[in-house]
Amino acid sequence: MIETVGLSKTFKGGVEAVGGVDLTVERGEIVGFLGPNGAGKTTTMRMLTTLLPPTSGTATVAGHDLLADPRGVRRRIGYVSQGGGINPVAPPARELELQAMLYGMRREEARARTREVMTRLDLAGLEDRPGGALSGGQRRRFDLAFGMLHRPALLFLDEPTTGLDPQSRANLWDHIRALRDEHGVTVFLTTHYLDEADALCDRLLIIDHGRIVAEGAPAELKTGGRTLDEVFLDITGRSLREEAGV
Amino acid sequence: MTITAEALAGRGRFPVLRDTWLLFRHDLGATLRQRVGLVFGATQPLLFLVLFGPIFATFGTWETLVPGLILQLGLLSSGMAGFGVVFEKRSGVLERMRVTPASRLALLLGRVLNNAVTLILQTLLLLAAGFAFGLRAPATGLLAGLALVVVLGMSLAALSYAAALTMNEQLFAPVISTVVVPLMLLSGSFLPMSMAPGWLDALSRLSPFRYVLEALRELFAGRYLTGTVGAGVAVTVVFAVVSLAVGTRVIGRVNA
Ligand SMILES: Nc1ncnc2c1ncn2[C@@H]1O[C@H](COP(=O)(O)OP(=O)(O)OP(=O)(O)O)[C@@H](O)[C@H]1O
Ligand SMILES: [Mg+2]
Repeated sequence: MIETVGLSKTFKGGVEAVGGVDLTVERGEIVGFLGPNGAGKTTTMRMLTTLLPPTSGTATVAGHDLLADPRGVRRRIGYVSQGGGINPVAPPARELELQAMLYGMRREEARARTREVMTRLDLAGLEDRPGGALSGGQRRRFDLAFGMLHRPALLFLDEPTTGLDPQSRANLWDHIRALRDEHGVTVFLTTHYLDEADALCDRLLIIDHGRIVAEGAPAELKTGGRTLDEVFLDITGRSLREEAGV
Repeated sequence: MTITAEALAGRGRFPVLRDTWLLFRHDLGATLRQRVGLVFGATQPLLFLVLFGPIFATFGTWETLVPGLILQLGLLSSGMAGFGVVFEKRSGVLERMRVTPASRLALLLGRVLNNAVTLILQTLLLLAAGFAFGLRAPATGLLAGLALVVVLGMSLAALSYAAALTMNEQLFAPVISTVVVPLMLLSGSFLPMSMAPGWLDALSRLSPFRYVLEALRELFAGRYLTGTVGAGVAVTVVFAVVSLAVGTRVIGRVNA
């Protein structure tokens, strides 16, 4: 579903955010993309979702070449960005309908689908409230609604559960599992909650300083009786120490 | 379940037109609700009309002055259009839109057409005030002039979006207002360039807006099939094509 070769991004000013990432995600997998702050997770996702042109490397996303056919990629993916995309002065419900229609749904279908997604994410009753008048968690759930609205085959979620209460978080986990189990949706997500990664993901990729430093199922990574937190700290902490020349 | 074939078919044979229409209509309510902003955007030319017009009318005609003020309005109103997209970029809305398969041209046109609606309403306001003071022009000339100004305004709005998306946000407003004033003066907005000394006249020929303004004045005078009108239309069309191409390119690949 995702296959990248040597994907890299150096920003103007010389910041190498992503330095040659090769990764593969199979259809129907839930893959967690972990790494410390500034490791290059968001940058990688923005490249894979056609928002940011890579400095070098190639990728096939949802069956389409990222560089040659960005539109084909866009049709098949959903993306929930780390910062979200809620218009503070308009009700997100109206914008959901617009967005559904931009994905090709007719008006009636777009309305019905908006209602359905809002109900699924516990947002019913908030149809008329502008984005600026929603709580942080409500806004986050609307972000998720935008990402799932058009039933994408591949879903990119950048820290989807940040700011959600425990119940909303559990609800989202259920929903993600159901999407995969019932509809074969592939999910590529980042999170800083390692219990979440452990519980939800089939496989984890750990990135640090723009490079993949570890990969495997949660159970495979937890060697020697360590928790995932300990594994994470060992991996990313060690690369910090190596950098310092220790 | 992925996107269905029916859903894709629903995009129709002209996805650009459909997307543009959807985006235009979605923003239209907000455009029409901003009545205060609409009037404020037109205050500067309105003030010129009321406080400078009567002096101008002692030696010139309202038919010369009002087209100049309309051009001024077009430059100011459309030049500042980019402001809107700065907020959309900050709130993440623009990025959310850019991940959808919506055509990049439509993402631009949906916005630009809303700027056109604003500009039309503002121009009508200015024309009404002009008529109250003594402007007289044939309906055909007024309509043709309006069409020309709207196309010019849409092109400027597209460039304004491109500038707002590529430039430092803090610099945008000061730069635009600094750029607009010389362009306005050079187009002969207040006094026709035929009154200028040779060097200034020559310099003003570099501004595309001079040709548009001269065409506007001809149209208001009821002369339609002249070389001046032809030149104004040609310049406007070329300017529109270039601006929309630049705007589409920038909105399609903003990195930040
Ligand atoms: N537009 C930009 N210009 C310059 N540098 C950038 C830009 N965007 C990101 N970076 C830098 O690239 C690196 C990777 O950033 P990125 O946002 O991908 O990290 P992340 O792994 O998502 O971190 P977090 O967990 O904090 O979200 C960081 O050092 C960041 O400062
Ligand atoms: Mg991030």
